[in-house]
Amino acid sequence: MIELIPPAYILIAAAILIGLTRGYLRTAIVLGAPLLTLVAIWLIPDGVVTTFSFLGYQIEPLEGSPLRRLFATIFALMAFGGGLYAFRQAHWYELAAAYAYAAGAVGVSFAGDLITFFVYWEFMALFSTIVVWCGGTSSARAAGIRYAIMHLLGGIILKVGILGVVISTGSVDVRPMLATDFSTWMILIGLLINAAAPPVSAWLSDAYPEASPTGSVFLSAFTTKTAVLALIMLFPGEPILIGVGLYMVVYGIIYALLENDARRILAYSIINQVGFMVCAVGIGTQMALNGAAAHAFAHIIYKALLFMSAGAVIYRTGKGKCTELGGLFRTMPLTAACGIIGALAISGFPLTSGFTTKTMISQAAADQSLVTVYFLLAAASAGVFLHAGIKFPWFVFFQRDSGLRPKDAPWNMSAAMVLFSLLCLLIGIFPQLLYNFLPYPVEYQAYKAGKVLFYLQLLLFSGLAFFLLLPLMRRTLTISLDTDWLWRVVLNRVADAGYEALATTGSIMETGVSKALAGFHEITGRYFRPKQKEDREQQGIFAQTWSIGATALWIAVLLTGYMLVYFI
Amino acid sequence: MSDQQKEEHWLVRPDTIRLLWKVFIAILALTVLAQLVIGVKGYFGVDGWFGFGAAFGFLSCLIMVVVAKGLGFVLKRDEDYYREQTCDD
Repeated sequence: MIELIPPAYILIAAAILIGLTRGYLRTAIVLGAPLLTLVAIWLIPDGVVTTFSFLGYQIEPLEGSPLRRLFATIFALMAFGGGLYAFRQAHWYELAAAYAYAAGAVGVSFAGDLITFFVYWEFMALFSTIVVWCGGTSSARAAGIRYAIMHLLGGIILKVGILGVVISTGSVDVRPMLATDFSTWMILIGLLINAAAPPVSAWLSDAYPEASPTGSVFLSAFTTKTAVLALIMLFPGEPILIGVGLYMVVYGIIYALLENDARRILAYSIINQVGFMVCAVGIGTQMALNGAAAHAFAHIIYKALLFMSAGAVIYRTGKGKCTELGGLFRTMPLTAACGIIGALAISGFPLTSGFTTKTMISQAAADQSLVTVYFLLAAASAGVFLHAGIKFPWFVFFQRDSGLRPKDAPWNMSAAMVLFSLLCLLIGIFPQLLYNFLPYPVEYQAYKAGKVLFYLQLLLFSGLAFFLLLPLMRRTLTISLDTDWLWRVVLNRVADAGYEALATTGSIMETGVSKALAGFHEITGRYFRPKQKEDREQQGIFAQTWSIGATALWIAVLLTGYMLVYFI
Repeated sequence: MSDQQKEEHWLVRPDTIRLLWKVFIAILALTVLAQLVIGVKGYFGVDGWFGFGAAFGFLSCLIMVVVAKGLGFVLKRDEDYYREQTCDD
């Protein structure tokens, strides 16, 4: 029966077949598999679909719900957009890894029990690491290793938590909980590591910009948003998430403002945007959870679009830093236009998807009378326009004339960008299309004259602030220290110091040992050393050649001694 | 119009940029003045004040840029910082 095919299996099969096929057949698989996955996703009814027993636990690899279908849908759409963007430029192994990575995200979406959930979760960690490595440079390899260590660590913490919960409750069901004891805290921490929450947010901005121009498009979509889905399913209304989310929102803006690398600016703004969602999950009302889900959906599209636009620039020019770029609108008008649409969408400009989804989160904060949260989110919306909405397109496509005159993006990259731009506008102009699929019924009017006017004032005056403060934002050839300094430098120093201490102890011991050996050598040498003098007279007592008679005498003495000892 | 100006893309000519600034300022003024006609229903009173969105947006950006600039003095390092930190031993 067709409805029993788990959607993740289709993408896994595609990942394998991508490696085995060539030419048009591979293209057909790359573009066809995500569409097939979409069909499979929409055939899954609500509730647990399949179940079997494993080690005495009830495993539910497929459980449907509107929320799960929504996330799986955007993951499959993302695989299609990413595949279209990448299939002519990326290596086959990068495409295969990216599809396996997407399969992990779809698998997590439908996981009805914590064991299946964990397996797909680690599946994602594994294949996303490979996508980072496909960057191909030595810094990509190093960043990939740091990325893998962080995610394996997060996986272990999550595993500890899951085991604790399973032991204390006896059930492996995925169901809402609160961080009240050790096990639930471990699960929450494990999930938050993947959401790039503090204090380990740095893994994201460290790894994603090191991937290939096509790889970072895939990376931008899955890991953090699966974490948001997991938080909605496991920790709705967990108050600590409000604080964590607000921190991420501000952190993303400040670091993006300091950044010079175009893709790293976008990476920081992922953390900023995921902060909005994490905060919404913390608020936990139906409106807030709808907002988190809708914003994740819209975010995947416009963030991938921004990474596509940056990727096309890097693909054509080989450069990714604001200080090297500028003036590209002349020869890359389509890439610039799509980049600007993505930038407007992330800023939540009216008529784009960001406006119709992000304002739901603000509305939820206002409904709960969370004054500080509401105003911080409003300030952050202004900040997003500042750091991503204007800064990214301005420094890449306008600013000064860098003298670069690259061709516009290849046709498949352009097609993917146009498709995602249209989706940004579609959700912005007809928000009901998305609202119909949200987990809870929506009674929210995105477009009210007063609200639109408020956001227009907020955003346009942020724009004014940007251009007036431009002298303060001159790009420099720098990076910004983050908490990863602790393990990339301090831990390295500690390790070096450890090696040094070991080496010193070793050399002290070595000197001692070699002195002792020398002494021993001296003593033994007196008896055994066959050192020859100039007159060939031999030195060591036992090293001298003896006559046969003397040897026979000594053997007789030894045998007599032996017999005496034996009989006594 | 000088030859050099002709060679430049129309969008980056000083005349165009001046015009864009004028249009931009006109739009800014319009969004604030529109509040005389369209009432902004604030959630907490203060956000319904005249021009609140404009002032709030501008000031938050100002604060964020200044804070980022200040933190930059502490946090910014040369691009090769990590390579130097790990390779020179």
